[in-house]
Amino acid sequence: MSASVLFDAPGPKAKVRNRIYSVVGTAAVLGLIVWVVLRLNEKGEFEGALWDIFNYSGIRENIFEALLATLKAFALAAVLSLVFAVVLCVGRLSDHRVVRWASVIFIDLFRSIPLLITIFALWVGVVGDMTPFWALVLGLSIYNGCVQAEVLRAGVNAVPKGQREAAYALGMSKTQVTAGILFPQAVRSMLPTIISQLVVTLKDTSLGYIILYPELLYSARLIANNTPVNGTYPFVQTVVVVGAIYIALCMALSSLATWIEKRGRRAKTGIVVAAAAEPAETPGVLDAATPLGPTVAAEPAKPAGPGGPEDGPGRPDSGPSGSVGKSD
Amino acid sequence: MNVLTDNLSLFREGFIGTVELTVVSGIIALVLGVIIAAFRVSPVPPLRVFGTVWVNVLRNTPLTLLFLVAFFILPKILFPDMDSFVLGVVALGFYTSSFIAEALRSGINTVPMGQAEAARAIGMSFTQVMRVVVLPQATRAVVAPMGSIFIALTKNSAIAGSFDNVDLFNVAKTLSNDGYDIAMIFLWITVAYLVITYAINGAFRLLEHRMEVAR
Amino acid sequence: MKFRKSVAVAAAVAALSLTATACGGKEGSAGDKPEGPDSKDTKALSYTVKKDASVDSSVFEAAKKRGKLIIGAKADQPYLGFQDQSTKEYSGFDIEIAKMIAADLGFSPKQIEWKTVDSGARETAVSKGDVDFMIGTYTINDERKKQIDFAGPYYQAGASLLVRKDEKDIKGPETVRGKKVCSIVGSTPLQNIKKPKYGAKVTELSKYSECVAQMLNNQVDAVTTDDAILMGYAAQNPKKLKVVGKPFSEEPYGVGLKKGDKALQKAVADAIKAHQENGDYKKAFDATIGKSGSEYKDPPAFTDPK
Repeated sequence: MSASVLFDAPGPKAKVRNRIYSVVGTAAVLGLIVWVVLRLNEKGEFEGALWDIFNYSGIRENIFEALLATLKAFALAAVLSLVFAVVLCVGRLSDHRVVRWASVIFIDLFRSIPLLITIFALWVGVVGDMTPFWALVLGLSIYNGCVQAEVLRAGVNAVPKGQREAAYALGMSKTQVTAGILFPQAVRSMLPTIISQLVVTLKDTSLGYIILYPELLYSARLIANNTPVNGTYPFVQTVVVVGAIYIALCMALSSLATWIEKRGRRAKTGIVVAAAAEPAETPGVLDAATPLGPTVAAEPAKPAGPGGPEDGPGRPDSGPSGSVGKSD
Repeated sequence: MNVLTDNLSLFREGFIGTVELTVVSGIIALVLGVIIAAFRVSPVPPLRVFGTVWVNVLRNTPLTLLFLVAFFILPKILFPDMDSFVLGVVALGFYTSSFIAEALRSGINTVPMGQAEAARAIGMSFTQVMRVVVLPQATRAVVAPMGSIFIALTKNSAIAGSFDNVDLFNVAKTLSNDGYDIAMIFLWITVAYLVITYAINGAFRLLEHRMEVAR
Repeated sequence: MKFRKSVAVAAAVAALSLTATACGGKEGSAGDKPEGPDSKDTKALSYTVKKDASVDSSVFEAAKKRGKLIIGAKADQPYLGFQDQSTKEYSGFDIEIAKMIAADLGFSPKQIEWKTVDSGARETAVSKGDVDFMIGTYTINDERKKQIDFAGPYYQAGASLLVRKDEKDIKGPETVRGKKVCSIVGSTPLQNIKKPKYGAKVTELSKYSECVAQMLNNQVDAVTTDDAILMGYAAQNPKKLKVVGKPFSEEPYGVGLKKGDKALQKAVADAIKAHQENGDYKKAFDATIGKSGSEYKDPPAFTDPK
């Protein structure tokens, strides 16, 4: 949505004022940028020799390999986290109280521990021997699986109740209803949110530095540490290069989410497609009390109350707030 | 040997460290987030662009990278001899501000257009529309996502623990290096984080409750 | 359309990284090239690989089976354990010692798989078997002996201080009161300098090289760790850095091994002793840390195993 509803089409006076603000704002922003550039220039950060390191094939290959390592961990973690998510979501919606509670506790627990600590503990050996790669992948999968499970649950709850009832009335089994009616629609409506969470997964691969997994950021740090040029360590340069790679990758993924969201809104299914916002980096709110209650499975799609990730900016049941993504 | 009783003071230090990091960077994030959100809905194009770039760049950058920027580049730009705690909360605060700005913006979007239009129809200015009509309602809509953001911030503060700040993660690492059983460390650290996150959760629930009454 | 634009951006990035590998770019190693680790001298060093080596140790058997020895090393310490980021090759004194041991265990340099292990992760990496053994400025002390075994010492270092070239106040450990001193998490010199006797303010980072970078940014005033490590940095960057004061602690370096593996411990110790006697040790020293200004001392007597 454009911001224009908030204010009138500017009149002559406001136009002048806005123009002044524009000029001042632009000057301020440009001034800030120029100042930063000048300061860095003062320290000699723009000397050709410092940037020249990226012209070496060895350094390029190094970055490329690290990028592959990052993508490898991401790909596996993405798939595994979705598998975990389905399992946990089914568990949460189960009719058996023990299964339901176990899933709830598991989800709440791992969503509240910093991923960094989970990865570190997995690597050091809380549950046996693990290579850095698997510790990272498993840590990412568990944490993101828990978040995605909540996203899926929100999607399932967003399916109109009548559909479920109709399916049961037709004599379909619970498995059939879940697999044939609920999940396909839940995935469809939550796809943008799921992809946004995958962006988080991608970013979080950088936590591999703590367990010496040679992902992109870890390698970048080694490059900066080990390749001094005329006695200066090229931190600025590697951060710029590697940062650009991360931002490009993440933005490509997020725009996929925005695109799907836009397409989804065109299709008329009666289920609102979640906004491609950022629901899930901030999934946290542990449904401290509620989920442990006995009525979990029957819980209807909650109105805009407190709760899981679905209640963030991208909650599916919040009606017209559709376009909180980058669709301005 | 019992990890907790042997190292109680260390645990306390780590716990306080995590809380301090969370609170201070939370305040920075809140202030910055409000400003950036205002930029993003303002009628001044350059500010809107600035807000958009801010949010998109910070949200799509791994937090660890921001820590590298804070520790190795910021001192070059500003001045040397900066405190690790300051650098840590700057990285955390800037990162989180982008999420807060987005939450606020979508909160503003939930206020029905008609209300803003009605407010304008009776002659209110942009500032008045925001202050009297939109923001009070938007605040209500963003309380829940805010809670989630602050919990995420608590967890993210663990990264500061590997950059010269004493927090729970730092304590976990130190104890693990000292050869204590990792499972026990993990257990106690988890409990500590649960205490903090549940406290934040509770506070926001309370806030939400209050605001609902106010309606 | 935002999506198309981003796809274009992503495609550009992909194309860039592809050209990066396809078109090559400059050969050789980037950055400063000090006289030292990767000069001709180390290239000339080689050790006879024993053909019939056998040790009654599960770690050794496993290595033999996979045909590769996995050795943990440091990657950011010039002249000791350093990995050139363009060639991915390791060099330095520790690396040479590791090659000697490998040779006596029947592994050629090509059969060594190096793994970079940071200081804070060494005990974990060794005790859980991520590496067959660890050789990276690894001080033998009782705390660590609880978790792993050592073979050595093969070198005696001592804590010292690295400062900026223009630093005037800091002349030794007695003059750091109130100054910011950087070292890495869990290192012994850091525990020392924190003591009231010296009274320094400490900064803990995960790598010494990051400490050095912080010092060049004027974020900290000094870096403390073993003299051999610090001299490497000073030699790598002689215009901006210098080492001051006399060593104020004893840091005997050993090879970290999985706890309880007495056979491998003995084999490693024997290998080091043999190479100390046949002169390889001195040659390796001269070709590596000798160049950074460390003076050759006769190797210390072995304590583990006696």
